[in-house]
Amino acid sequence: MKTKANVLVVSGYGLNCEEETLRAFTQVGCKGDIIHLNDLIETPGILKHYNILAFPGGFSYGDDTGSGRAYGNKIKNNLKKEILAFVKRDTLVLGICNGFQILTQIGLLPGTLLHNEQARYIDRWVDVKVESDSPWLKGIKEVSLPIAHGEGRYYIDEKGKKKLENEKAIVGRYIKGEIANWSLLSANPNGSLDDIVGVTAFEGRVLGMMPHPERAISFLQLPHWTYLKETEYRGEKLPSEGSGLRMFKNAAKYFA
Amino acid sequence: MAHQIHVCYTAEDGRGASALSDIHALGKSGKGVENVTLTDTYTTEVKLSTVDLKKAADALHTPLSQTVAIDKPLGPTEFSYAVEVGFLPGVTDNVGATAKETIQDVLKRSFKDGEMVFFSRIYFLEGKITKQDVMHIAESLHNPLIQRVKIKSFAQYKKERGMGTTLPKVKLPAGKVSLVDLYVSDEELAVLGKKGVKNADGTHRGPLGLGIDELKAMRSYFHRKGRLPTDVEIEALAQTWSEHCKHTIFANPLDEITEGIYKRYIKQATKDVRKKKGKDDFCVSVFSDNSGVIKFDKDTYITHKVETHNSPSALDPFGGAITGIVGVNRDTIGTGLGAKPLLNIYGYCFADPADKTRLFRDKDKTEELLPAKRIMDGVIEGVNVGGNQSGIPTPQGFTYFEPRYRGKPLVFVGTIGVMPKTVKGKPSCEKQARSGDYIVMVGGRVGLDGIHGATFSSEALDSGSPATAVQIGDAITQKKFSDAIVKEARDQGLYSSITDNGAGGLSSSVGEMAEESGGCEVWLDKVPVKYPGLAPWEIWISESQERMSLAVPKSKWPAFKKLMEARGSEATVIGEFTDSGKCTVRYNDEVVLDLDMDFMHDGNPVHMLESKEVAPEVTAPTDATLRKHERKMNKTLLSMLARANVGSTEFISSQYDHEVQGVSVTKPLHGRGRVNATASVSRPHTDTKKGIVLSQGLCPSYSDLDTYHMAASAIDQAIRNAVAIGADPEHIALLDNFCWCSSDKPERLYELKRSAEACYDYAVAYEAPFISGKDSMFNDFKGFDTKGRPVKISVPPTLLISSIAVIEDVSKSVTLDFKHSGDLIYLLGDTNAELGAGEYMAYLSGEEKKEYTGEHVPEVDAKANRALFKKYHRAVEKELVASGVALDRGGLGMTLLKSAIGGQLGAAVNLKRMGGQLTNTERLFSESNGRILATVAPEHQAAFERTMKGSSAERIGVVADTKEVLIMNGKEGIAELSLSSLTRAYRSKFKNS
Repeated sequence: MKTKANVLVVSGYGLNCEEETLRAFTQVGCKGDIIHLNDLIETPGILKHYNILAFPGGFSYGDDTGSGRAYGNKIKNNLKKEILAFVKRDTLVLGICNGFQILTQIGLLPGTLLHNEQARYIDRWVDVKVESDSPWLKGIKEVSLPIAHGEGRYYIDEKGKKKLENEKAIVGRYIKGEIANWSLLSANPNGSLDDIVGVTAFEGRVLGMMPHPERAISFLQLPHWTYLKETEYRGEKLPSEGSGLRMFKNAAKYFA
Repeated sequence: MAHQIHVCYTAEDGRGASALSDIHALGKSGKGVENVTLTDTYTTEVKLSTVDLKKAADALHTPLSQTVAIDKPLGPTEFSYAVEVGFLPGVTDNVGATAKETIQDVLKRSFKDGEMVFFSRIYFLEGKITKQDVMHIAESLHNPLIQRVKIKSFAQYKKERGMGTTLPKVKLPAGKVSLVDLYVSDEELAVLGKKGVKNADGTHRGPLGLGIDELKAMRSYFHRKGRLPTDVEIEALAQTWSEHCKHTIFANPLDEITEGIYKRYIKQATKDVRKKKGKDDFCVSVFSDNSGVIKFDKDTYITHKVETHNSPSALDPFGGAITGIVGVNRDTIGTGLGAKPLLNIYGYCFADPADKTRLFRDKDKTEELLPAKRIMDGVIEGVNVGGNQSGIPTPQGFTYFEPRYRGKPLVFVGTIGVMPKTVKGKPSCEKQARSGDYIVMVGGRVGLDGIHGATFSSEALDSGSPATAVQIGDAITQKKFSDAIVKEARDQGLYSSITDNGAGGLSSSVGEMAEESGGCEVWLDKVPVKYPGLAPWEIWISESQERMSLAVPKSKWPAFKKLMEARGSEATVIGEFTDSGKCTVRYNDEVVLDLDMDFMHDGNPVHMLESKEVAPEVTAPTDATLRKHERKMNKTLLSMLARANVGSTEFISSQYDHEVQGVSVTKPLHGRGRVNATASVSRPHTDTKKGIVLSQGLCPSYSDLDTYHMAASAIDQAIRNAVAIGADPEHIALLDNFCWCSSDKPERLYELKRSAEACYDYAVAYEAPFISGKDSMFNDFKGFDTKGRPVKISVPPTLLISSIAVIEDVSKSVTLDFKHSGDLIYLLGDTNAELGAGEYMAYLSGEEKKEYTGEHVPEVDAKANRALFKKYHRAVEKELVASGVALDRGGLGMTLLKSAIGGQLGAAVNLKRMGGQLTNTERLFSESNGRILATVAPEHQAAFERTMKGSSAERIGVVADTKEVLIMNGKEGIAELSLSSLTRAYRSKFKNS
């Protein structure tokens, strides 16, 4: 796809999904770079070359003092103005997992993430029923993606929740869809309030959520691809695309 | 005055509920607890104004879900007891360190050296509990080797206005260098070797792990030099010559094998395989570096290394396991010029967590061994934190439960790395510290942690085991320099050699690298320390975690230092590599160590080892007993499925991130029914189809009958698991990890020799070279039972074989779950009457309250198996196989049921087609090697059978959507079980874990 999208993926201090996140963007035709947070603090001017800012997943500061807090503080103390200026332009911002937690700590997204209900890190797949009309989610009604986190239980007070609902700023809800049904798992993996998966702000341009679309860009990353191969696609050519790729395509399209 | 900031949740806190359920699991003492709330506390002695404190508190909490209190207590209004858990002085406090960094950043000021923030957690317990109950609960909430605990009743807490402040600072008298007199009696030398150098107050520093011969070799060396050794020299030599570092048992002559079993069997196997493979040889660097390295594709190498961390994990399961996993990650970073950690694997040998045996390290019963369940939970959690925080996926691993691991668990951790074939146009595997290069230490600082780790793990675990051997890991400190090194500095060519600081600390890492240049000079006073007062010998051998040593050319140092600073990592020049032939260490201006490189590395005396043949003690069940159980096959199958060694360990797989980096192809759990897999496929470059297959083989119970066949079976399993999922049998490399016991006993050495012999025979027969290995020879516990009687528990001789293989096209990977009703079920490979020492014997022993070994241990017919594996692989390549898995513990019965559970599909199977004169018990539970269970779509039947022609491939049944598994032998019905009861049984053992 021809696109003018140019993505900056931040890294450092224990973020660890920057490479596959950039790969997902470049696979759909975006340009992009991985920039260490300290380099960004040193030369914040480079932000103007980019129109997408991605906070990837990971374990910044080992979740010490609370997930995303220490990294979020570092941004608040050193880069807040520049990030706000970036968001005010017609740009896109994505926070995945730890990136989402960071965005709530900075205050770019409302609400907060609590320890999972079972107080344990969990890696599994979930199904999401999409509600928001964010540009990231155009044309996506339902999507299956993997999660992997210890603090993914979304929480916000009643007033905040009403506001989110009024503004259609809820990314979507965990449901028992294709994969949860297939693998006999419950819908909500962590006790998230009202099954909330993630939230958006700034007309949907800033999106944060716990699931990892960048880990689902290829058919061969799906948890049941060997099953699909032997049932639905027996003898046929396998599809190449994973369920998460559409979000990145949407981003590329936004700047086409 | 110290300041305190307390944070507690106002929103729901899952950790409280989880702590409550753990407390309830304690039994009587926990029963009365009705609610647990947690407060996180940050304590600092740094002077802060009210405004600054407020800013700090704001940075440490989220008002939406938390509340905060400054310098006043924060907890529930009503509770019975409060228990505060914090670290002991000097123990790594990651949360405290992060809080300090956050506070400094928000206040824009730097704390002075030594100004710290300490983290602690307060558990408020509500409910009816006695003082005695709370003592027991507190015991379960902390580990006294690394943590401190403070308990207050509600009244006391109110009266004293909170828990009070504790500042766990390290205070040490300034350490000095002393001389060690070796001109003493043999008895005194023996004490020196076992208990360590004497302090001024008459106490000993902790084990050197040196025998009299070693100390005498040192005595003559220093006699020739005309001086007494310093304590630094003795401590350093003890590290370098330790069993842990030198592998003396594998290296020394054993009986007629003058070159030692390592050279004769392990290394020679690799040499012979490489020769046989000729131009298809895929080995790149074997045995010489921190990991083994093999070819992957035309531009890429992959590396693999597996370590054990048994002794530390016995004392502090969490700390031992996390330092194990991040330690083996460092082996990867330190391979060649630096490989990027790509995948982690784990393997745990535990006692059953339900095992309630109490054991003590001392006669007075003051030092109790941790309960089996806490060891298991702590180890699992340690690898969770280490692997997940480092962002390295864990696609797979294994667990094995046996009562003899109660004294010492075995904790295997492994890492696969990926590196380009060339770095800046030069081969990536070649590294060379040059004379004149700076010696640079990167990462964490040095403290007392881990002192005597290398010598300690070479000894049996007893009451003399040093507390300072315990270390805690900090994955993030390592992650920071790991990224900076393998993603930036390496490709900019900023250093000429690199290795990790593991066992023996700087003494080992710098000592090893100095071999490349021919010498070194070290300035110990330049080494950054966690706190003042460390003696030179402590700095030199400390095993403080998360450090690498590098050789950095002087011209590159400014750029290297700048890069590390920009990535938040500390890098310090601590000396210079030389070509003097000597290792010289100074502290300020004093020379504290001055050894010839030759003596340091090769001066240890050779010991002649002798073995003595032992015959196994065979106890077999009678035919009548076997027949009795054969009549209730439904019950047997369900009970076997619920055993710890067969049932689901999903609770482990699902808490280890297996999808980070996006390289996952097959998951740790296969199919709808989520059955644990025994192999995994990952794809390092997502734009190509080539993949890495990993698996392991381990069957220590077979050692009870024959260690030769135990080792042969482990090799067969490791290879077969990989082949079953799709690996190319011509592209498999192996790693060996021997975990033996009482290796000073000739009988144990005989068993060792036999197993090493099998390693040679089967690696050569399967054309699978060994590329790396490690051994841990004294996995014994010597202590006391509840009555104060001496107890010795030795692990069964255990050999882990890990395989790393290549699959050409990952889209042809095969998972174990049945896929489609109507698919044909094939058993590939021959079944023999080989129930000996298998899972069924263990089950039957439990049922009959006996200790059966059974008679015939599974043997391996490598020639037939290899031919079968190659044919099966062709079938996989032609995409004829719908599901495939190697038979493992519990034989055909368990493998068949797990494949059905995985697919949530029924099956109808007839065992008659297996042929031979076997009983139904043997047909279902014999663990004969070389076998694979596969299903094939009916339309592929002819092609599949054609491909398998010449090898044993029996069609034994069909997959059905009947929701039940029916097993017949001819017309005789053997078992009939519903899928739901099978699934329930499979998940029952650890359902609350």
